[in-house]
Amino acid sequence: MLLSLMIFIPLLGMITVLLLPRESEELVKRVALLFTLIPLALAVALFVSYDRSIAGTQYVVNVPWIEAFNIQYHIGIDGLSVTLLLLTALLGPICVIASWRNIEKGIKAYMALFLLLETGMLGFFAALDLFLFYVFFELTLLPMYFLIGVWGGPRREYAAIKFFLYTLFGSVLMLVAMIAVYLNSGASGARTFDIPTLITLAATEGHALNDLNFQIWVFLGFFIGFAVKVPIFPFHTWLPDAHVEAPTAISVILAGILLKMGTYGLVRVNMAMFPQGMDFFCNGTGTWGNSLAILGFINIVYGSFCALAQTDFKKLVAYSSIGHMGFVILGLAARNTEGVTGALLQMFNHGVISGMLFLLVGVLYDRAHHREINGFGGLGAKMPIYTGITTLAFMASLGLPGLSGFVGEALSLLGAYDKFKMLTILSTIGIVVGAAYFLWTLQRVFLGTLNPKYEALPEINGREILTLAPLGILTIVLGIWPNFAIDMFRESVTNLISVLEAI
Amino acid sequence: MQPLSNIESLLYFSPELLLVIFAVAVILVDLGVKNRESATVAYLSLIGVGCVFVAVLLTHGQLGDKDSISLFLGMIRLDAFSIFFKILLLLATAATILFSLRSEELDARLKGEYYALLLAITLGMFLMASSTNLLMIFISLETVSLTSYILAGFLTHNPRSSEAAFKYITYGAVASGTMLFGLSLLFGMTGTGDLGQISTALTELLASGEIYSLTVLIAIIFVLAGVGYKIASVPFHMWSPDVYEGAPIPITAFLSVASKSAGFALFIRFFYSGFGSSEVMQSVDWTLMLAIVSALTMTVGNLAALPQQNVKRLLAYSSIAHGGYLLMGGVLLTSEGIGAILFYLVVYLFMNLGAFYVVVLIANEEGSEMVEGYRGLASRAPLVAGAMAIFLFSLTGIPPFAGFFGKWLLFAAVLEQGYYWLAFVGLLNSVVSLYYYARIVKAMYLESADEETTPASFSTGTFALLSVFVIPTILIGFINIFYTFSNISVSVIPMQ
Repeated sequence: MLLSLMIFIPLLGMITVLLLPRESEELVKRVALLFTLIPLALAVALFVSYDRSIAGTQYVVNVPWIEAFNIQYHIGIDGLSVTLLLLTALLGPICVIASWRNIEKGIKAYMALFLLLETGMLGFFAALDLFLFYVFFELTLLPMYFLIGVWGGPRREYAAIKFFLYTLFGSVLMLVAMIAVYLNSGASGARTFDIPTLITLAATEGHALNDLNFQIWVFLGFFIGFAVKVPIFPFHTWLPDAHVEAPTAISVILAGILLKMGTYGLVRVNMAMFPQGMDFFCNGTGTWGNSLAILGFINIVYGSFCALAQTDFKKLVAYSSIGHMGFVILGLAARNTEGVTGALLQMFNHGVISGMLFLLVGVLYDRAHHREINGFGGLGAKMPIYTGITTLAFMASLGLPGLSGFVGEALSLLGAYDKFKMLTILSTIGIVVGAAYFLWTLQRVFLGTLNPKYEALPEINGREILTLAPLGILTIVLGIWPNFAIDMFRESVTNLISVLEAI
Repeated sequence: MQPLSNIESLLYFSPELLLVIFAVAVILVDLGVKNRESATVAYLSLIGVGCVFVAVLLTHGQLGDKDSISLFLGMIRLDAFSIFFKILLLLATAATILFSLRSEELDARLKGEYYALLLAITLGMFLMASSTNLLMIFISLETVSLTSYILAGFLTHNPRSSEAAFKYITYGAVASGTMLFGLSLLFGMTGTGDLGQISTALTELLASGEIYSLTVLIAIIFVLAGVGYKIASVPFHMWSPDVYEGAPIPITAFLSVASKSAGFALFIRFFYSGFGSSEVMQSVDWTLMLAIVSALTMTVGNLAALPQQNVKRLLAYSSIAHGGYLLMGGVLLTSEGIGAILFYLVVYLFMNLGAFYVVVLIANEEGSEMVEGYRGLASRAPLVAGAMAIFLFSLTGIPPFAGFFGKWLLFAAVLEQGYYWLAFVGLLNSVVSLYYYARIVKAMYLESADEETTPASFSTGTFALLSVFVIPTILIGFINIFYTFSNISVSVIPMQ
């Protein structure tokens, strides 16, 4: 019940917002904030009451939905999803506050779509029925298309449709794989979409889902669907466009949650349901045995070098996201406790850190109305608090020990080193390049002489600090005490690893 | 079961009889109406549709627990399948009458004929959905065709409309001629016009080697020409963009939904009872042919829709593509596949009619059917724009809208038969279709009108009618009963 409330309260918020008069903009914003704060409050309750000692799903609701096809409204959370669900609930109100002043037109429609998006994201992380999972996955598409397309920057139309087409292309392949899994799950009438049941069936010797060849094909179908979302090279080209054009809060959601939907899908479906297919692509032998690790490596190195070449602040952060998601892929490819723990941690941490980075870019853009890195200089003296927070975010992102980014990346690399020595060593190039572009940006924007144009640039204000503070605190806390998060998924990871090793 | 005699059959024929009565009544009443602007005949035909609806429900009661009743010495058949289509067709007719009431392009002087023809074409479609004899099939098909020619050319002041009617006739004549030849081949081989007997005879003749399977294949191809023309499948689709563009918008909507549905009813009954026996399918491989036709139809429809600037024409091509998706369910003729077709037709009825209704509204408001006319609609008429966006996304097949659930059923049916390539073609087509549907959404939401236009005002009735299409488009997928409904309608089509 708690979970259902959390998912559908934003939807209720959307309806409420739509019923408000268009003129009362302040009211619309407050109502939207309220309807994102309720899921946050529920998330806090969930965080407190969540049982960290069991591996299975909790807060389960399972009722029939479309009986003709055995489709159920089956939701619940376990260690794999709980951190991302909490992150989504946290970023919700932050994004509403971040949109308080800089959305100039149609605030009502904007907030309504944002609330719909939040329902889609929360539902996606909680869904335990493959059909429901797919519906929520697609539910995030429409609001995102409009949020980028209507409220975005100059090339918003192009970015929005590119995002939409890429994701839809991926998800139709996923749909084929999903139907194939459903049709092979049993005889007519006994078929199921239930994820836990499917996992059991796929592990049953002699079952159609247990067949290696079948697993490889459906693995690929789901993989491409999720790879577009992560995004994994070569499906990544929509991301820089979408990020650059999207308004600040939407970039935060895009980097913080939507990318995680891809990696979460990889864990929830590809790893847990098709361990043999996963093994085929990650066992380190044969033609395909290194492919997932290689993709992770390409993401890390390619993303980092692309980031190094950018002069647009937002594009730089976008490419750095591609690089950092590579660590998640690498950690997952390792399929051991360190690797998967690192990947899950990195997913959460990257959500927090990239959220901060995009908020910070937004703060600067709102003042200077451009994002050209070379156009600034010496802002450190003008905006000391802003500079401080930015430095914190940069350091966390480049992997400074003591801040959260380091732990996830280190664990991922540690796990991967066990399986893919050469690739892991080469991947560390990404960390070096990462340090290079962040420090170089720091130098170009905040150090040196102040550009006289920006003499009157106002310091970061209270509202903006309010959005950044929770994320900043999390970065420090998780850097010092990563168990704070790891405790939540330790059991589930152990369980997942045992499934992977059982084949 | 023994077919009923002509007189006995009349008892079960009340919906069709009522349609005839009301068609005549519309013409007679029209003679007496002085004020040409009055909408009397429209309301009269609406009442007619209502009465027929009740009559259809009554025949369902008469059917009782019997699977089917064969009427008029085996000419037509009353079963759940035909009742399903009759209800669907009545919904489309009612919607078309309501659209016509609001459309400003129709000639007020010809109202009587217009509504009478609309009822007549519905009668033809009723017969298409229930005929089980070659002769009856051809007659019902011709009734529908001839009436559609007139309706397509109804805008007498508009040369495009006349062109549409002319093209329609030319293609239609060729298609029905070809089909007639196919029917005569079938009759020549089997010596009977009854679909059930044809199936038995073909099975025996093929087993004994008395006829070549090639002859049967040729007969099937020729029959497909007639049916393919009605459902606008490649390569018999050429007429449809021109006809859809030239015809009055309500008629375009009607043709794209009702005509297609009736075509599919005929297609399913013909192929399912005529060629559906496993012996015939073993010796004559017509399923691969259907799969290719289906793949070509959706690809051609979608690719041709991409560059269109006229929304009516764009929807015409999209409707060709949807014919292709629907045909997927017809490949192999499994009951899952046919159930999926029926479900999709229900969904398609609401989303496509809804989209056309918005086209009517914008044509009245802007006098234009071009995509530019939709610019900035989101700020001028947010509710209409929102409804249009829902229809278009549902047509694309994006959840949570009904179009997605329809497509998922179709794809599941195709994949179940192992036609992976066909499912891939279908899904890639869905991605392509997003591009042109999204162009209209883009114009409505992402672009602003060139000059400051005043907010468009629509009446409450408009919104009420719009919600009749929007609500099912959102909800059908979530409601169990529709799946059961379409499955029951399939389960009783007798093979013989």
